[in-house]
Amino acid sequence: MKFTLSWLKDHLDTEASLDAIVDALTRAGLEVEGVEDPGARLAGFRVARVLSAERHPQADKLQVLSVDAGADVNGGGPVQVVCGAPNARAGLVGVFGLPGATVPANGMVLRVAAIRGVESNGMMCSTRELELGDDHDGIIELAADAPVGAAFADHAGLTDAVIDVSVLPNRPDCMGVRGIARDLAALGLGTLKPLAAEPVAGEGAGPDVRTDDPAGCPAFYAQGVTGVSNGAAPDWMARRLRAIGQKPISALVDITNYLTIDLGRPLHVYDKAKLTGGLVARKATAGEQVLALNGRTYALAETMTVIADDAQVHDIGGIMGGEHSGVSDATTDVVIECAYFDPDSIARTGQKLQLTSDARSRFERGVDPAFLDAGLAIATRMVIEACGGAATGVTRAGKPPLAMRSHAYDPALAETLGGLAIPAARQRAILESLGFAVADDWRVTPPTWRPDVDGPADLVEEVIRIEGIEKVAPVPLPRDPGVARPTATPLQKLERRARRAAAARGLDEAVTWSFINARDAALMGGAAWTVANPISEELKVMRPSLLPGLLSAAARNLRQGADGVRLFELGRRYLAEGERVTLGVVLAGDRRPRDWREGKSAGFDAYDAKAEALALLAAAGAPVENLAVMGEAGAAFHPGRSGTLRLGPKTVLAAFGALHPGIARAFDLPAGVAAAEVYLDAIPARRGKDGFARAPYAPPALQPVRRDFAFVVPTDVTAEALTRAVKGADKAAIVRARVFDVFTGAGVEEGRKSVAVEVVLQPGEKSFTEAELKAIADKVIAAAAKQGAVLRG
Amino acid sequence: MDPDTMTDPADISKHLLAATEAAASLDALEVVRVEALGKQGRVTQLLKTLGGMSPEERLANGPAIHALREAVTAAIAARKAHLEQVALDAQLASEALDMTLPVDAVAPGTIHPVSQVMDEMAEIFADLGFAVATGPEIEDDWHNFSALNIPETHPARAMQDTFYLEPKAKAAGDGQGPSSDGGGFAADADRAKPEPPMVLRTHTSPVQIRTMLAQKPPIRIIAPGRVYRSDWDATHTPMFHQIEGLVIDKGITLGHLKWTLETFLKAFFERDDIVLRLRPSYFPFTEPSAEVDVGWTMVDGRKRLGGSEGWMELLGSGMVHPRVIAACGLDPAEWQGFAFGVGVDRLAMLKYGMDDLRPFFEADVRWLKHHGFSALDVPTLSGGVGASA
Repeated sequence: MKFTLSWLKDHLDTEASLDAIVDALTRAGLEVEGVEDPGARLAGFRVARVLSAERHPQADKLQVLSVDAGADVNGGGPVQVVCGAPNARAGLVGVFGLPGATVPANGMVLRVAAIRGVESNGMMCSTRELELGDDHDGIIELAADAPVGAAFADHAGLTDAVIDVSVLPNRPDCMGVRGIARDLAALGLGTLKPLAAEPVAGEGAGPDVRTDDPAGCPAFYAQGVTGVSNGAAPDWMARRLRAIGQKPISALVDITNYLTIDLGRPLHVYDKAKLTGGLVARKATAGEQVLALNGRTYALAETMTVIADDAQVHDIGGIMGGEHSGVSDATTDVVIECAYFDPDSIARTGQKLQLTSDARSRFERGVDPAFLDAGLAIATRMVIEACGGAATGVTRAGKPPLAMRSHAYDPALAETLGGLAIPAARQRAILESLGFAVADDWRVTPPTWRPDVDGPADLVEEVIRIEGIEKVAPVPLPRDPGVARPTATPLQKLERRARRAAAARGLDEAVTWSFINARDAALMGGAAWTVANPISEELKVMRPSLLPGLLSAAARNLRQGADGVRLFELGRRYLAEGERVTLGVVLAGDRRPRDWREGKSAGFDAYDAKAEALALLAAAGAPVENLAVMGEAGAAFHPGRSGTLRLGPKTVLAAFGALHPGIARAFDLPAGVAAAEVYLDAIPARRGKDGFARAPYAPPALQPVRRDFAFVVPTDVTAEALTRAVKGADKAAIVRARVFDVFTGAGVEEGRKSVAVEVVLQPGEKSFTEAELKAIADKVIAAAAKQGAVLRG
Repeated sequence: MDPDTMTDPADISKHLLAATEAAASLDALEVVRVEALGKQGRVTQLLKTLGGMSPEERLANGPAIHALREAVTAAIAARKAHLEQVALDAQLASEALDMTLPVDAVAPGTIHPVSQVMDEMAEIFADLGFAVATGPEIEDDWHNFSALNIPETHPARAMQDTFYLEPKAKAAGDGQGPSSDGGGFAADADRAKPEPPMVLRTHTSPVQIRTMLAQKPPIRIIAPGRVYRSDWDATHTPMFHQIEGLVIDKGITLGHLKWTLETFLKAFFERDDIVLRLRPSYFPFTEPSAEVDVGWTMVDGRKRLGGSEGWMELLGSGMVHPRVIAACGLDPAEWQGFAFGVGVDRLAMLKYGMDDLRPFFEADVRWLKHHGFSALDVPTLSGGVGASA
């Protein structure tokens, strides 16, 4: 909220400096976001007299002026200026912009320049150019005795500092200058001046108003003024409104705007001539519409409170007035509305209509329900002072909710909750200075303008805030006795290990959006969650897979010239059944660059993805030796070059493979992209039930024996099926079986492949005899034969 | 003198030692060895003469002949070792390679600054006894707002521009996502009910609620994670990271909050001159509430945290509102505490000198390599939680 220093001083009797005021406001929770010196914007503009005005030799509408801009300009001599204003004439005293000055209205920096061949050394300015009004018909005309050469800002009194305060949503009272003054007084920066608000005695009956919606509009007060003449607002008021960025419109409108800022009290003025019958606060009926003062038509709902006459709706109660009954220059009789609207109702209506206004922001936070008579009296008096006319009586329809709940307060709470010991007497003084009523037994009743206070904790905040929260001293949290224990859960530890293992393997960790576009999600099988109000179509559905984000990133990186991209992300997938912590990997571009040892660069294949998946699972503590490779890796992958790693038939710990060519195309990726997803939350936690000690270790007494077997098997027999069979041939002796060569082509029948397996046998107490080795080999060959394998001759 | 006619051991020794020294190759040396020590060699011949001598003659000539044999044998061995060394040196010299050729073409991977900073914070807070808690990002309205004392029409809801989710249309699978019995947040009973409006959590504060509902005080947790707000400009992204802190215990005051934040920030930035300024503020879920500013000093034209030349807003905090405590089934007369929330991305930027938030989520490998961290930069209390540039 913006206001000026002089405005504040209308309410606060203070000797405090601007700096002291700004500092105190910020410390008390009224954060000052900026202080603006309006004079600074007018630097380089000064009072000047036109000495002569001649026709421009090349242009009919231009004149060449000779200007006296003061003793320090052009050595006191005349300055030549080209000017197009019709009112420019010899003897006029106006505002002259020096070369180098910035025109507030358009940011243009003035320069010495030739205009149609005649040099111009500055500019005579209009009100609009200086953003002091709308007038652009001619240049500003000051009084003939205005001091030539003086800074225009000083001469015009445009030196009132503008203070911009960020008012917290719980402080409706500080959405008026007076409320801010009250806080400053409580902070010891002056005294709050009394507010003159005697009722304006009127003639006759008050306006015909009533409320039929006591929930939405519990109180509707009004006073009429007849015989007004609506012209421009008084200068002082227009200047203040302009200073805070509001455009003066007319006295009647400006008065309501002014009081909204000054007292946080929104009002509305109706042109009585445009009303048909009395005004009633009621709920809108379905289908009703109103053309609001912002020029837009709003369709109203039955939940909304409106002010209407017999003919139509004139006001979206407490939010915005209607165009039809708005005041104009022709207005003679007015009805001034001062009502209390229910905050929740205002908030709901405002949200539904997506309509913000100064009135709404105050009513929805809660205006002072005890300030209706005073607000009306002040407004009526201002109207009569500015526009003349005579007041009617006052109508008071309904009753504002005045009852404030009192709270039992214990002054010890300042220390036991707020951490600051403040003497009880000081606390009482603080609360009373803010308008709270403090009984002898410490029952505290908030003032009517503080609807936010609803318990002792709020009272602690008030006393701490005024006493100075900076006085709260730090107090160490007590340390738990005993030894430190890990604070991370097993899943968190597993995540950390997987993340660092991935980076150690050369992958770069990315963080991509949790929301992706619907097309990409559909490629992965579809999203379970759609954002109803997405910020863009690209961020519309919650990702069912980490791959789309990583694939898009990989494509971007390749386009930017990266050779090889190895990205991973550790984050959640958002499924119908819940959120799943997942590690995604995408490998794209060159597996390694061209190399003098290795030769040409190469792309990634499915085995690279498998290697990552297995390594990350191992790092995360999964029992990788027990995992089975199975199918159904999903739509993202090449169906024949992908797989899942499973613990038992159902628990899938990872999916990996070469990217499906269709997916690669969709993401604008070249061939040779591999990807994996590791489902970290599916990895069973390590039990470690025996604490830290491991099982005793006894190294085998004898060396292992290696035997190689070359089998010819049907092409569709997997390496895993073959080695599992081989291992099972003699579980006691065989400790390892591993494929070390696969060959198809010359010498191997069509539909078959040659697979070489290294089998490691571990003798126990004594060495294997030749007969034993032969028996084991026979068992291996027999087991392999069940898989269709034939020992190669 | 003709070597063939020499009989004096001294002469023979002189001759053979000279020949040994002169042998330029192992082959030449072998010739010398045979001449000296072969079956017909001169030394061998001389040794043989000992057999035909009388004991007196043997006593007179023996030592010289044996000395000759030893000297020649040693000289040949030494020469052989020398020649072998020379040959090896020559071979190695011929095997020289260009050791400046590049190796290890694949660059090391990196940890994202957000993860690094979260790990750092977990480490610092672990020392203060805080556990790490998590909660769902797709939150119901009650946990995200109502339980935090943010009623439906409260203006605070307008403060946070919330992403709402469309009601779940189908029990859509992910096509590849396996269902599993492990982990996730699927176990939450509330989630089975379709009724409450679901939002993308606007802050990590709902984890406060979930923690208070799930465990008995005393509570000390931090809750890092992704949060979402409908906002996108130079300093805001629709997704960012927050870390929540919560302490619920008996006798906790604003003083403990101040100490905790001060201790955390000093440890995080590894600076003793970190100064905090609390400013009264408003959050629906804390009372009293305080905005926390941290002081900075201008160093070489850049703001560096520490000192108090100026202030920047850093985080929001306060004493947990009695209504929030009560909403979680605890008695606010018995239990009180503090909570705070701070932007993780912001802290990372301040600590590690990044001035733009947007690249955090663009996964540009060049940026990741520049601002990311080594896998080995594991934050520890003994080694320091910060990773030096």
